Formats: sequence, C-alpha cells, structure tokens
Amino acid sequence: MTDAAYVSLPADRTAARLGVLAVRFTTTFTGLDSVGIEKGELVLRVRRDRLLDLMLRLRDDPGFRFEQMMDLCGVDFPARRERFEVVYNLLSLTHNNRIRVITTTDETQPVPSVHRIWPCATWWERECYDLFGVVFSGQPDLRRILTDYGFEGHPLRKDFPLTGHVEMRYDADRRACIYEPVSLTQDFRNFDFESPWEGVLTLPGDEKVHETRQGPEYRVPPEAAR
Amino acid sequence: MSEYKAPTEASLDLADIPEALLPEAAVEERALRTVEIDSHAMNFGPQHPAAHGVLRMVLEMDGEVVARADPHVGLLHRGTEKLIEYKTYMKALPYFDRLDYVSPMCEEHAFALAVEKLLGVTAPERAQWIRVMFAEITRILNHILNVTSFALDCGGLTPSLWGYEEREILMEFYEAASGARLHANYFRPGGVARDLPDGLIEKIQSWTTTFPTFLDDMEGLLTENRIWKQRTVGIGTFSAEQAMAWGFSGPCLRGSGVPWDLRRSQPYDKYAEVDFKIPVGRNGDCYDRYLVRVAEMRESLRIIQQACDKIRPGPVKVVDHKITPPPRREMKRSMEALIHHFKLYTEGYHVPAGATYTTVESPKGEFGVYLVADGSNKPYRCKIRPTGFAHLQAMDVLAHRHMLADAVSIIGSLDLVFGEVDR
Repeated sequence: MTDAAYVSLPADRTAARLGVLAVRFTTTFTGLDSVGIEKGELVLRVRRDRLLDLMLRLRDDPGFRFEQMMDLCGVDFPARRERFEVVYNLLSLTHNNRIRVITTTDETQPVPSVHRIWPCATWWERECYDLFGVVFSGQPDLRRILTDYGFEGHPLRKDFPLTGHVEMRYDADRRACIYEPVSLTQDFRNFDFESPWEGVLTLPGDEKVHETRQGPEYRVPPEAAR
Repeated sequence: MSEYKAPTEASLDLADIPEALLPEAAVEERALRTVEIDSHAMNFGPQHPAAHGVLRMVLEMDGEVVARADPHVGLLHRGTEKLIEYKTYMKALPYFDRLDYVSPMCEEHAFALAVEKLLGVTAPERAQWIRVMFAEITRILNHILNVTSFALDCGGLTPSLWGYEEREILMEFYEAASGARLHANYFRPGGVARDLPDGLIEKIQSWTTTFPTFLDDMEGLLTENRIWKQRTVGIGTFSAEQAMAWGFSGPCLRGSGVPWDLRRSQPYDKYAEVDFKIPVGRNGDCYDRYLVRVAEMRESLRIIQQACDKIRPGPVKVVDHKITPPPRREMKRSMEALIHHFKLYTEGYHVPAGATYTTVESPKGEFGVYLVADGSNKPYRCKIRPTGFAHLQAMDVLAHRHMLADAVSIIGSLDLVFGEVDR
C-alpha cells in the first residue's frame, strides 16, 4: 500500500489551517490510506496496525496536541470486505482543531485499544463492542454497556432487525420478568421512498404520449425506450 | 496435670505479634485477611433519589469509604440511534428532545446544524438569533435544575422549590415559541419551526431584568452556606490534565480550569457576534463546578439580552421548499406548494452523501452528532455523542477514597441525565 494515497486540498481559506495539517501528515507519517478534507473536516484513514502509532503521535506531537478523544463510534457497511468503520473524533484544545481518524475492521479482526492513550476510550470501546461487535485488543474491560444484561447480538449492525429478537414483560403468574420472541400486532413497515420516477422523463410504456406532449424533437430513440 | 507444650505458630494469634517480628508471608496473609473482612459491594440505585434517574452503581466499600465505583448504565437505553436510521431526517429530530430532556433545544441544535452542513444550507439571520436566544434559555433551564437538585442531594430543599418556579416561566417561553413545554421539536434543519409570537421578545426582555434577583437569592442560600461548602469543597477534585484525558467538556472541564467553550472557540450560528465571558474554576472540585454553572447563568442572561436587541424581522427558515415546508396559506392556493408539502411530510428531503461530526456547547458540555448520509432520505448512521457518558465514566477516579455521601455530591455536580447517557 502506498503512503497517503491522495490529498485533497481545500478550496476555501478557512480550511487552510487544516490543509497544512493534512500536508504534514502525508509528508511525515507512513501507513495512511488517505488524508482529506471532507465538508471542512480533516479526515484520516489509517490501517489498523498503524493506529496506535498515529494516535500516540496525534496526542503527543506539539504540532498536533489532540488532548481529547471526544467520540468513538462504529459504522456498519455490510457490503464491504471489512464491514466496520471505527471512527475516532479527536479534539485539540491547544490548537482548536478537530480531526477524524477512521480505521476499518470486520467481525473478528481486533482493533488496538487506545485506552492507554485516552482513559476515556474504555467506555466508548465497550459501547462499540456492544452495539457492533467490534473487538478491541488490549482492552481489559470489554463488557457490554448499553444493552440488557445477557443480551445477545449487536443491535446497530445493519442486519439486526429494528424490532430486535426478543421482548421482555413481567409475568404476574410466575412473578418474574420473562423474555419472549417479538410478536408484532402489525407487520413492520419500512417504506421505500426512493422515488422511482424522479429524473425519468418517459415512463415505460408511455413513450407515445410523451412524444405528442413534448413534440417530435423529444422523441425517444427506440433503443433507449427498451 | 498436663505437660507443658511449646507454642506452635498456628496456636499463636498472629494479630498479637508486632509485624516486624513476623515472617513476610504471614504479614501478607494478615493484610489479605483484613481486606476480606472489611470490603463489601453494594448497589447504589437504580432506584435511588440521588442517582438522577436510572443509574446503577456497584460500589465496593471499604467501611464507609468508596474503594471502587462501577457505574452500570443502559437502563434507559431506547435504541435512539437505531430508530433514527429508520426515520426521515424530519422525523429523527424529535428524538433529540428525548435524549437530554432537561435541555431539549440544545440537542436539536446539534442535529439541525449537522443536517444543514450536509445539505449546504445556512439558516436565515433571524432563525439564528432565535436559536441562540433559546439555546441560552435552555442553558438556564438546565443549570437551574442541576444546581438546585444538586443542593437537594446535599440536603437543601429550598433552592429546588424556588428553581422550579423559575423554570416554569422559561418553559412558558418554550410553549409560546414551539407549542410544547418540554419536547419542543423547534430547531429544524434550515431554521426554526415557526416565528416567535408577537410580544414574546418583550416578555423575555422583561424576564431578564427579574431573573438576577432569583440568582442572588439562590446564591444567598448556597454559595457561602457552611453545610453546602462542607459537602462540596475539595470533593471530587479533578486536575485540568485529568479532565482533558477523561474527555470532559462544558462546566466540568471549565471547573477544572480549562477555558474552553465551543461557543467561543468554534462559534456556530450567531455566537460570534455576542459578547460573553467564560467562567473558569480553579480547583476542579464539586464547588467549582457549581460556581461555574451559576456564573454561566449570568452570562447566558447577557447573551439573551443581546439577542433580544439584535434580532430583526425576517424569514425564520430557508425559502427552499424542498427542505422546509411552505406556509400553510400558500398551500391552500398553490398546487406546487401542496406537492412540496406532501412530498416533505411523506418522503422527506434527500441529503447528499457525506459525513460530519458537528458539535454544540450544550449546557452539559460538548454534545456532538456524527451523521453519515448516503444520499437517501434517512440517515445512514447517526451517532450521538452524549456528554454525561464521558463524565460518568470518570466516576471511579472521582469518587476514589471518598465517603459514600461524597459520591452523591459528585454525581450531582457532574450533571447527568440518563436519557442522554443511555440514548
């Protein structure tokens, strides 16, 4: 893999400072997949094995000084080979910069834990493990955090149903909380709002009407109509 | 007559022998035994009035001293992030009111700004001023509840009774603007839901002149109160370095002496045009966090006053009816407006693909939304960065070797709301 596949520089001056940072990354750090400024935010994509080096540098290098890790989260793209993105949002109080570091993983490959760099990472990593099933190596406290005790599955994965698999209720006869498979009184409805006719001038089977309405110059060529 | 036996090691009571005379293994055994007898784990919450909701904290006690605190969160987890993935952008917004139900409009603000950033639109001037004004009203709402319930945890009942009265006035402003006292659904991507009713700004202005009296009264009850200071000064001390490392933000970070405020350092909407000070604590204890909040209320008041002066008539949402609904009277006449309305409230608008991490300075600290759009009408992923989550995590460090009653003070000073922590 090449160092820093590309750098996209910003067009407006306000992001120029971030641009300078971006250039510094590409020139001084190896193992980055890409450095770019997306919507005015500096985004670094890094290989998993280089994550800890990068993070340590981001925190300790006086030019970067990202003292705070504000957020860690996962994003699931089931179609990709490594389906999970693990996203770190860092903040530098010294330089008033934000940076987003993204690395990828799948269900089994562990991501190195950054809890030794920022102690607050523990709960964020627990949350990411709980909701996505991303494993963090070197994290001594990888328990579930948000879901129920004894919960199974990782609810924020795209293949996990919105309704979940089990529902809980209190059974007065047995005097206990019991779990049952979800039963819906009405089927779950997920409407497809991707408008099928937006941008299509001629509906299939409607070519003749279209032609008379628009005039002969808008005539649909027969191969396009098919 | 029994025969004399030389005392064996087992027959001697080890506790009676000075440590210096014992072999090393025996000393270790004695230390181990002491720990086993004294420590016990206990449940703090989830049904506890000082747990501020549904916090279950497993405390390992060493007598009356907290040896280890293990907060268990998630008892109010409602899967907000998952639900948002199945809703259009417009329908996702009310979920934000229900996260931190003490400061609803500030949470909406983060989402509205994030969507605006991805859409590439900017709210009109008047809408930005309204947002600033109501974000600050929200800050005062939040801080009144926090400070007074914090006092309640420490045994002071009166501030909360007074505070609720004051909050009621503010919630009437909420109701006048949005129609709801709590779950406002008012800040929308592209502006605000509707314009302020006539006379509301004057009402807010006249309220800003009476509110300092309440603050003075409340401070008179607490700030120099001997019991209050005994319960808070020097409790839960956090240095600036610690606060940064543990991801603190907002009053908790400023209480530790870091002058960091997103309204100043990364201003959004009209915050760049208002003048306010950033109160900072020195010792990073519970008392400083309290003082910072009180001082912040006074600054918020100044911001509200400036917003009242600077606000001018004008549109309150972007005029692009692909994003914001057309006015109702227009809908009755114009076919196009009717179509826009119908499309907006069924399909919603499509947001171009991209990702953003947008933050606001919510009353509790940095509240962020990491929004990933895939070009459809629903967010692909909407990660909510709750503020209290990071604060609660430091509970183990903050409460270490404090008395049990001090743990209550610390929870109060962190300003936790579990709708937000658990999402």
